[in-house]
Order: sequence, then structure tokens, then C-alpha cells
Amino acid sequence: MLSRTITLIAALACVPAAHAQLSIEITGAGAQRVPIAVAPFAGEAALGGGITGIVRADLERSGLFRGLEVPPMSPPLTEASSVSYPEWRARLADALLLGSVLERPDGRYEVRFRLFDVVKQAPLGGVAYTLGKDQARATAHRIADFVYEKLTGEKGVFSTRIAYVVKRGNRYELQIADSDGAGAQTALASFEPIISPAWSPDGRRLAYVSFENKKPVVYVHALADGKRQVVANFKGSNSAPAWSPDGARLAVTLSREGGSQIFLINPDGSGVRRLTSSSAIDTEPRFSPDGRFIYFTSDRGGSPQVYRMPASGGEPQRVTFEGSYNVSPRISPDGKTLAYITRNEGKFQVALLDLSNRQVQILTDSDRDESPSFAPNGRMILLATVIAGRGVLSAVSADARVKQRLSATAGDVREPAWGPFID
Amino acid sequence: MRALVVTLAAAAMLAACATSTDKSTQEGAKVEERGKPASKPEVARVEAGKPAGSSTFAALKDPNNILSKRSIYYDYDKFDVRDDYRSLVEAHAKFLRENPSAKMLVQGNTDERGSREYNVGLGQRRSDGVKRMLQLLGAREEQIESVSLGEEKPQTDGHNEDAWSKNRRSDMLYNGEY
Repeated sequence: MLSRTITLIAALACVPAAHAQLSIEITGAGAQRVPIAVAPFAGEAALGGGITGIVRADLERSGLFRGLEVPPMSPPLTEASSVSYPEWRARLADALLLGSVLERPDGRYEVRFRLFDVVKQAPLGGVAYTLGKDQARATAHRIADFVYEKLTGEKGVFSTRIAYVVKRGNRYELQIADSDGAGAQTALASFEPIISPAWSPDGRRLAYVSFENKKPVVYVHALADGKRQVVANFKGSNSAPAWSPDGARLAVTLSREGGSQIFLINPDGSGVRRLTSSSAIDTEPRFSPDGRFIYFTSDRGGSPQVYRMPASGGEPQRVTFEGSYNVSPRISPDGKTLAYITRNEGKFQVALLDLSNRQVQILTDSDRDESPSFAPNGRMILLATVIAGRGVLSAVSADARVKQRLSATAGDVREPAWGPFID
Repeated sequence: MRALVVTLAAAAMLAACATSTDKSTQEGAKVEERGKPASKPEVARVEAGKPAGSSTFAALKDPNNILSKRSIYYDYDKFDVRDDYRSLVEAHAKFLRENPSAKMLVQGNTDERGSREYNVGLGQRRSDGVKRMLQLLGAREEQIESVSLGEEKPQTDGHNEDAWSKNRRSDMLYNGEY
């Protein structure tokens, strides 16, 4: 019902995000956006404000929602207020979110909200959270996830995190931020390059390649305590780590036996086993979500193309055919589509291949795209590109309609990796 | 009209009920679920990297000695050592032969275009080629490690063929320098 009564809006939105180290600009939105009224959460000033603003910004950033202005009312609306559906319908809202913040005697806070389907005239549920002041932003993302899931039927990714590398002068920092680019924290700072961060399935560790020893070495880094484990530091180059879906193994590219070949290795560095045996470059391995296959880049046919082989090794099959440069394969969370970088008349762009019907769609109009990374719900793809000579992150929806750009206040941003869902 | 008034009245009563229920129970009954508190996961900061030193072999640092030259440049999409760098590789092979304690790290590099990881592979192809040539000229396998820096350490920052041609290279470093 809700989806059938959505107002058709094809306008471009331009909503600059506030005070973040990475700022987000929405440069394209979905054709159909659900108009949602997010009433100011009563009493949110006690939490330093922001709950309502973050929820609304999250929803709008998805490209699937349009926030409606709700003026402050007296007495303020809360999740306990009676809802006059006709009145909200008259304001053109399809959905309504009401909430409040209460300061508890123990100094913590209670945030409650309730979501309503204005079209069906039905409550869609609500949640109460007890939190400290420092959890306000995370709680707002949780609320946005709740709204997103109730109204779209798929899980929201507002509570997830992203990893990326910032280069400023000769400094490299591996940073972790909220999915909206806020709250960036540095996990690793180095005078040498860092590339290819890959989240462990539990979201607690990152595998990456660091050049701090004047050559590429694969590390696994526990984010909470900064403990690092050298996974692969064999003679030659060690690179391109990818986690198996169960987190028990990594696929890596090693040159220790000559050339660049794909191996399996345990996250503690034990149990090395060679998977490919070619005289070509075999690299950029990625496990399929079911763990049965590994997609990878190989130039065994003369030009770099995407191939697929059983995760235990075996005869690879070629996956990409159009064009002479198809690299960096990333399989979607549902395993149905493959994002990769294709070179198209000298431009490097994100392509999406439907694995069932072999249709290829180019998703971007930039020309130096790299390192695509699916959101855990498969809706958006984060990528690195270059705008006006600067490295920025950009995100595009799998249907190419929604586009966002994330840029740092200074420096080049690259090598994005979207983290998994976290509980 | 009457129906609407009734509905509104009922809604008001329900709201009143909800409020009173809330007061009677600490947890509150207005919302269906109690959410797990969202916490911001901590991230510890780590600093990495150390400055490079210099070699103890004087000949390697003498600007008048060919051994002070360490870079081999490549044409676009090429990986074999060009003829004009053959004498340079021969000189380094001779040095490695005559100094068995000397060790060399060959770092292959590419220009910035394309996938970073595939470029690590292409840089490896260049450094492997240099290592193979040094071995053919008498250096021992265990003296040489060939690695790749991909596109990560350009000699020049530009985004044109002039810069790219300086970045497609192999660099030879001796122990002490890395």
C-alpha cells in the first residue's frame, strides 16, 4: 500500500552533511522516495540534540526517503502522542516517526520512538533504548535502521562502519568511520602505503596490505586493541587479502613461488596452500557469499579479466568477456551480481554484471574508479574515484540511481571497504 | 463527522492509557521492543614504519660509479629490461658476484592507471625480470628478493605520460637501504 501511494519525485537533492571529517554530498536520488515526517524528538536537547537530524539525514542519504519538515509543536509530539492520520496525510506524509528523549535519574538517557504507516493508518512498532550521552549518534543510526527495514523490507546499513585510507603528504592513515563518514578514528598511521583493507566477517578485524617494510606484507589487525598479526610476509610480495565467509581462512596473492598466484592461508599465518598455478598474474581473490567459489583477476588470456574457480582450487572459468580490462571483482551479498572495474575508452568505471542473464551495466560516469565495495545489504556500492585531482569516495546504488560523494577536508581518500552488519 | 470524533476520543483514551501504563511500569509499555544499546566500537591507534638507512658499501654511493644508478625504466605495458639498461644490470650483477654478503631488494613499480592490486602483480613481473637477469649474469638467487610496490610509490606525482614513464620502473636497493 505504502509503495503504491508514493509520490513521484525525480528531483536532485543536495544535502550537505554537517561537521564530519568526511562530508557527504548526495548527487542523485531514487526516482521514488517515500515522504516521511520525522518529528523533532521531544527533549533531545538533553542529549545535545541531533537524534532527529541524524535519523533524517540517514534516511535521505539512502535516496529512498524524503524528509518532510515538521515544525516544533506545543506540547511537543512524542511517541505517546495520539496520531491523527488524516492530518499527516494532508501533510503528504506516507510515514511518521515520533520519539522522545528522557534523562534518567542515573544520568543515562532513555530514547523511545514509534513508527507509523500513515497510508495504512497503522503503527509499525517502536523501540526504547537506554544509553549514555556518547551513544547518541549510534542510537540514531539504529533508529534509522529500524525505519528503513520496516518501510523497505530490507536491512538498513546506517549502523555499519566503513574503512578507508587517507593520504596526506607522505602520511597514510587507515581510518574507520560510521557509514555516514562521521566519527572517523585512525586504526593505523604509517609513512608507507596501506592498501586493500578487508573486514573480517565479524567486523572486529581488518586484513590489509602495508608497505612499512618496503614491500607488501599482509596483516590482520584487531580494531579494539590494535593488536596486529603478520599473516603473510614471505619472500617476495604478499597482497590482496580476502576473508572466507566463515572467517576461518584468507585468500591472498603471493609471489613466493614466482609470479603472482593465489593461496589460502589461516589468519594466524599457518596452513599455506596454493590455489592457482599459472604463469599469469592471478590476484584480487574474493569468496562468493556461500564460500564455494573464489572470483579473481587474471591475465592468463592476454588481458586482465575476471575468472571464477572452486574455493578449494580447480579449473577456472572466465566470467567477464566484454572489453580488454576487467578487474577488482566484488560479488554482491546475495551472490547474484558481480561488481568490477572496467576500462571503457580509457575511463575506469564500475560495471555490474547480472550473473543470471549476463547483462552488464555501467553504474558510474566518473573516469578513475577503483576498489568497489558492496554495502552489506547490497543496495549501495562504495568506490574510490578522483574528482578535480583529488581522491574521494563515492557511492552508487546497484540500480545506478542514487549517488553520493564523500570527501575529506584535506588529503586523498581511497581504498574503501564497507563493513558487515553488526549486532 | 461523528465517527471521526469517536475515533479521536478513542485515540485520546488509548493515549491516556498508554501514559498511565508507562507510569506504572518502569520499562514503559509505549513501545514494543527494548533495544540493545548501540555502542560505538573502540578503535586503537597504531603507528607503523621506520626510516630507511644507507648501505655500507662505498661504491654504491659514489655518484661517479654506475652502481649509484639504481632505476630501470620501462615502456608502457612492457616488463623486460630494455637494451639500454643492460650495462647497468650487468654492473650490479658483477657487484653481487664479487660481494657475496651483499643483498638486493628489487622493487617493481607501475604507473597509476588501473587496479592497485593488479598493478602489484605487474610491478612484480618487472622486478622478477630484473632478478632473473641478475641471476643469469651470475648473482645468486638468495642474494636477491624481487617485490612490487605497484603504483603506490611514484617517483613523480603527475597524471600524464611524462610522469607515468618515470613511474614505470624497477629500483634496486642494497641491504642497509631498506
